[in-house]
Amino acid sequence: MASAAVTVEGPGATSHDGPPPGAMRIPDFQIVPRSGLAIVGVVVVALIVVIALNEEWPLMFMHVVGGAAWTIIDLFLGFVIGPILGKLSIPARIEVTTKLMPKMVLIMPTAVAVTLAAGWQLSTKLGTNLTGYHYHGWVVASFIVVGAMAVIALGLLEPANIAVLTELKKPRPNPAVIERLMKRFIYTAGATGVMQIATFVIMTRLAT
Amino acid sequence: MDERRLPPVTQLGMFSLGLIVAAVIYLSAHLPEHVPLGPAIALLAASATLLAGNVIWLWRTEGFAWGRFLEIARWALLAYTVIAGLIEYVFLRNSTSGGPLIVLTLSLVVFALTVPVLIAFTVARYDETLPEGESGSPTSG
Repeated sequence: MASAAVTVEGPGATSHDGPPPGAMRIPDFQIVPRSGLAIVGVVVVALIVVIALNEEWPLMFMHVVGGAAWTIIDLFLGFVIGPILGKLSIPARIEVTTKLMPKMVLIMPTAVAVTLAAGWQLSTKLGTNLTGYHYHGWVVASFIVVGAMAVIALGLLEPANIAVLTELKKPRPNPAVIERLMKRFIYTAGATGVMQIATFVIMTRLAT
Repeated sequence: MDERRLPPVTQLGMFSLGLIVAAVIYLSAHLPEHVPLGPAIALLAASATLLAGNVIWLWRTEGFAWGRFLEIARWALLAYTVIAGLIEYVFLRNSTSGGPLIVLTLSLVVFALTVPVLIAFTVARYDETLPEGESGSPTSG
């Protein structure tokens, strides 16, 4: 499959008939990696089974692994990858984007769904979601932090992720659109990264 | 860069999403014990109204790339139906029933519709320069 070409001189300066001087090749990629869908399917089935079994250790495993992945990826994207991406040359940025962001399309929703579903089942089993639980306020605080992160991630970050990849798939990608959406992606990743620190505070409080 | 006059779909969608997330948080903060449903129903109604208004406003916008919007929205809807289904499943597993289950289910329906609208709008708003027949599906390589 053919790669697309896009010039880097400025917004709107795009090419269609082969890359002129200054143009770069956009590597071929899948917006949603098909091979990754199989892994997501396995994780979803495992989650359903674990919830049905209602055993503490598998629930704890799914909740902690999902939550750790979610937290670490948010922090790493927001504070490490994001700033680095912003300083890369445009060809390097496109190269990283076409390899990293399709994976994020699958990883993040899966990690979030696993964390929340396994977490709710675990809290029901342990009784930590009951209003009489002495740390119930902290549990509700965690819901609120997760809710705020979900609104930012689902309303801004995920759409920007998909839109960047869709733009890069076009025969004539618009560099200005990509730049704008990438900024939105990086800033929202940073915002959710900051909010993950609140998650650390709440979860360590609940665990002690 | 897209400079067309489009309705504030992202802003309204974010607000709608915030309301429905608040409804689910409210329910989750009370379940599995008794939940006074009034606040959750109010949040659900407000969120659903915003979602409907958002889509109607967008529908009346001339020249919007509906082909691209629907192409993205259907895949996103599939993905977020699965996610909403998982959340519904875990509440069903814990014997949530009656009014709380109905409000929760409707909240998840609004959630599973709002996110695809936001994703599809963000993609489609930049699609006006693409000639017909050049679009690819989200899984196209």
